Amino acid sequence: MDREKDKGSFSRGSHPFFDVFLETFFSFATRTSALFVFFTIFAIIASLFWGSWPAIKRFGLSFLFSSEWNPVTEKFGALVAIYGTLVTSIIAMLIGVPVSFGIAIFITELCPPWLKRPIATAIELLAAIPSIIYGMWGLFVFAPFFADNIEPWISDTLGQMPLVGPLFSGPPLGIGVLTAGIILSIMVIPFMAAVFRDLFEVVPPVLKESAYGIGATTWEVLKSIVFPYTKIGLVGGMMLGLGRALGETMAVTFVIGNADRLEKSLLMPGNTISSSLANQFTEAVGEIYTSALIELGLILFFITFVVLALSKFLLFRLTQKEGVRT
Amino acid sequence: MSALKNIDMGLYRKRRFFNFLVLFCTMLATAFGLLWLVWLLVTLFTNGFQYINMAVFTQPTPPPGESGGLANAIVGSLVITVVGVLIGGPVGILAGTFLSEYATHSRIAPAIRFINDVLLSAPSIILGVFVYQIVVVPTGHFSGWAGALALAFIALPIIVRTTEDMMKLVPNAVREAAAALGAPKWKVTVAIVYRAAKAGILTGVLLAIARISGETAPLLFTALNNQFWSNSLNEPIANLPVVIFQFAMSPYEDWQHLAWAGALLITVSVLVINIISRTIFGNR
Repeated sequence: MDREKDKGSFSRGSHPFFDVFLETFFSFATRTSALFVFFTIFAIIASLFWGSWPAIKRFGLSFLFSSEWNPVTEKFGALVAIYGTLVTSIIAMLIGVPVSFGIAIFITELCPPWLKRPIATAIELLAAIPSIIYGMWGLFVFAPFFADNIEPWISDTLGQMPLVGPLFSGPPLGIGVLTAGIILSIMVIPFMAAVFRDLFEVVPPVLKESAYGIGATTWEVLKSIVFPYTKIGLVGGMMLGLGRALGETMAVTFVIGNADRLEKSLLMPGNTISSSLANQFTEAVGEIYTSALIELGLILFFITFVVLALSKFLLFRLTQKEGVRT
Repeated sequence: MSALKNIDMGLYRKRRFFNFLVLFCTMLATAFGLLWLVWLLVTLFTNGFQYINMAVFTQPTPPPGESGGLANAIVGSLVITVVGVLIGGPVGILAGTFLSEYATHSRIAPAIRFINDVLLSAPSIILGVFVYQIVVVPTGHFSGWAGALALAFIALPIIVRTTEDMMKLVPNAVREAAAALGAPKWKVTVAIVYRAAKAGILTGVLLAIARISGETAPLLFTALNNQFWSNSLNEPIANLPVVIFQFAMSPYEDWQHLAWAGALLITVSVLVINIISRTIFGNR
């Protein structure tokens, strides 16, 4: 009796048939779940194609190049939304990349150890805040502040310059493409800073120490050792941030102003693919209107897919190199 | 000799100065990043706290101009989040188990990993359109089920990723020891590896909950919103994020006040879940 007990949990119920059945069942369940993940992406692509088919049939390639978006006459073109998506993301990257770099360098090279964790945690909490909160804060707090204090100054200085002038002129509305880009940059900074920091920590200490040993300054070590070593990965990290910025919806929807016109000035309202979807999808009447919106979604999915695939590829190459060296 | 020394000292000073300049800029960048967090939290708390009262938790969302609360939205959010995790959690854990335990030499595993990473960063609004196509269009109406499913698709890749990573941290010797005692593979996985990786897997599930409880975009076309109490997942269901979106964009002041209260509730719960998951997983 005691021996029976001592056998423990492994032999309990170890009837051969029962074991074989459970083994088959469990491995089948895990495999099915994994394949479910695998096929989800094809299901997404298929359903987007299926939904946007009427619009693809009707507008063809001209959908990509037309800036007209008129639900009344049922003429739709994606140019305004694509332009808005790209421009807001570019602004986000222009601000976000240098700042994320700075944060990652500060955390890995400069920060006293006791401060490392609090700062890293704070930056990660910034990433955890839902995007709708950023949007609401942007609409009620940041946009008025921006309109009162920053935008008049921008249109007085940058707006008067010869080449870039038209980009920065216009009334200080607070909401607009530039505001959306700035809010986006705040949202992508934590992601990129985290990737950059992880990359910097991959660099073998021996390499850095030898550079310090021959008298290099911290900046010189970064420039000649850390950056070249992590180069590919850094581009991958930027792509990851770009992927986030392109697809971000709620934060942009609140502050971009939702205007379906192509405006030269960044201070004017515009639209992005995701904010068009968020604002118009449930109100869209008629097959063509809905279908045109789904085609916008398809375009967005395609763009982000390419960017993310590129980022995965670059980051993967770095980890492979790492495997060879250590 | 002295000339050489002077030149060297000049170069040295230049390098030192440039180094100082760069490092100073990194400090500014960090301060810049933290400034937003502080600014955001301060305005959120000062604006949110003054509108939080008992009515927020006990009364349903009001028509404009009347008093009310967010009770139906809070309950609705809890329901679809829980259902979403109940759908996405088991599938995600099993798929992560496959990648970690069963697919070590499989050729499909890298492909699944890649697709999972794409899903992880795919725009959430696309998943909303996807679920709209496969659930809302065939059934003909918006529903709580559709919302929960959309959230499940967002939670899924997060859980797959963390489950795989955490199970891979379990040393192989432990698996071999159990196998040497005659335990079949499923038993090794369930009784040994799951037990060892429990905290990590739980962290992944918690992080997924934190992520989906603030998601708005996919709910716009799936769960929609509901002005009234609804306990049925077959109907549109009220939920906090969409209520915040509608109320904040509205011109009515009392609606905007409720939106601030809701925003504070969501942020606090998301941050609390995050901090809890960090403490569960210990010092990472």
